[in-house]
Amino acid sequence: MLKDKACIVGIGETGYCRKPGSGMSEEVLQLKASVAALADAGLKGKDIDGVLAFPNLGKSETFAASLGSENLRFAATIHMGGASPVASLRMAAMAVDSGAANYVLIPGGWNGFSGVRVRQTVTTDKNSIPGGAIAWDYYMPQGLTVPPQWYALMCRRHMHEYGTTHEQMGAVAVAMRKHAQLNPGALMCGKPLTIEQYMASPMLADPYRVNDCCLETDGAAAFIVTTVERAQDLGKTPIYIMGAASGQPYPADEFTTRKDFHQTGLTIAAPEAFRMAGVTARDIDFAQIYDCFTFEVIQQLEEAGFCKRGEGGSFVENGGIELGGHLPVNTSGGLLSEAHSLGLGHIVEAVKQLRGDAGERQIADAQLGVVTGWGDFGDGSIAILRK
Amino acid sequence: MSEYNKPLPGMDGLTKEFYDFCKDEALHFQKCTACGSFRHVPREMCAQCNSFEWEWMKSSGRGTIYSWVVINRALHPAFYDSNPQAVPMAPVVVEMEEGVRLLSNMVGCTPDELKMDMPVEVVYEAVTDEITLPRFRCSQA
Ligand SMILES: [Zn+2]
Repeated sequence: MLKDKACIVGIGETGYCRKPGSGMSEEVLQLKASVAALADAGLKGKDIDGVLAFPNLGKSETFAASLGSENLRFAATIHMGGASPVASLRMAAMAVDSGAANYVLIPGGWNGFSGVRVRQTVTTDKNSIPGGAIAWDYYMPQGLTVPPQWYALMCRRHMHEYGTTHEQMGAVAVAMRKHAQLNPGALMCGKPLTIEQYMASPMLADPYRVNDCCLETDGAAAFIVTTVERAQDLGKTPIYIMGAASGQPYPADEFTTRKDFHQTGLTIAAPEAFRMAGVTARDIDFAQIYDCFTFEVIQQLEEAGFCKRGEGGSFVENGGIELGGHLPVNTSGGLLSEAHSLGLGHIVEAVKQLRGDAGERQIADAQLGVVTGWGDFGDGSIAILRK
Repeated sequence: MSEYNKPLPGMDGLTKEFYDFCKDEALHFQKCTACGSFRHVPREMCAQCNSFEWEWMKSSGRGTIYSWVVINRALHPAFYDSNPQAVPMAPVVVEMEEGVRLLSNMVGCTPDELKMDMPVEVVYEAVTDEITLPRFRCSQA
């Protein structure tokens, strides 16, 4: 059992921006976030002996070389897109618990605004896209080329079967934007969004409007995992990994033929994580849910067990996921209104909330938090954290 | 036809076989000869029974609409730059009588006219000399 065997002991961020861009390479961005995480933990680069790099955004050995991590013993990358950081969190816990490494660094960051934009899906290399040759041979020739279009197909079927509405999707967008108003680091701080403005937002990939989609931003974040024993010797309140799991929908490389069209990686992963932690969804004080698009928040709340499948729409209505609601979600503003930090920001925000460092958006006496990741065609990862 | 500059499938292996059938205006799916399961997209073995024995079977070509997305703003340069009239377009997931699902597009049916479970049938669009894509139209029967 991995329960309470490892802790997050350091977090770092670069800050996020759009125009004119970070002015730094993606490698430098991630190194700056890593240095910030080391400082937060009270560690040096040479202490790091494990690195889990984000897919396609740099190699573990490159980060180790720059940071002076002379004893790199554990290096890997988990290929789950936006689900990778939380899946890496679990893998880091496994690594330190087994002794494969003592201090594992997980960096991630990109020039998602000023560099290659998500929308410009790579058109020359079939191996670089989720689904690989399947997407290349069977999706792209039919005009299905980018994530909002894939997920819109899932969303419309959900709307048909369960009556999920645009207004409910809008409730997600509005909640994230409200939270961003309390986060000076959020790109949408100072730019509130009403449900009326949301409903007037133009359709991009119907049922997705522009305001259903996450931001495209530059920036990086990083965090460090070590054993519970080592965590006691460091400066900050250790954040315990009570439960963690990841999973893949079936089949993971193709989504249109799934027997259970609404299955995601979380369908498998969430029960495992809650069982490991020995808590239930009702015990959770907040959730940081990977919000690439509004509907994916609704879908993950369902598959993670915060409500039944089909009830996610009503779960998010009437301020249910806002601060003060039954389950505050994405207290930083998330990918929709803070920045697209590839899911690392969700982990960083969970740590801030559990440490009591979340400023104006702090949840009083936050004890238990959930973080999820979502990637590719619905890969899922989840961690249950406590202080 | 030489001006077609939208994404095309890689024409090798089972994918070439699948699209070569389309060129002959005959949609085919793989059927496992051990357990009888149909499958799409093409794969080398049956995920139900792990048999490597299979044959191509001609599809009835009939199915129903399972989901769709209306793309109002194309985000891929080939769909965006080449032809502004290309949007809105509406990729559809069709659930075939054989039980498999297939991603395609409708012809002669605007996005507004799409309905869940609407019966559709396959038609063929030769987009280049070599490649024909399966499309669908509202069922005529
Ligand atoms: Zn079989």
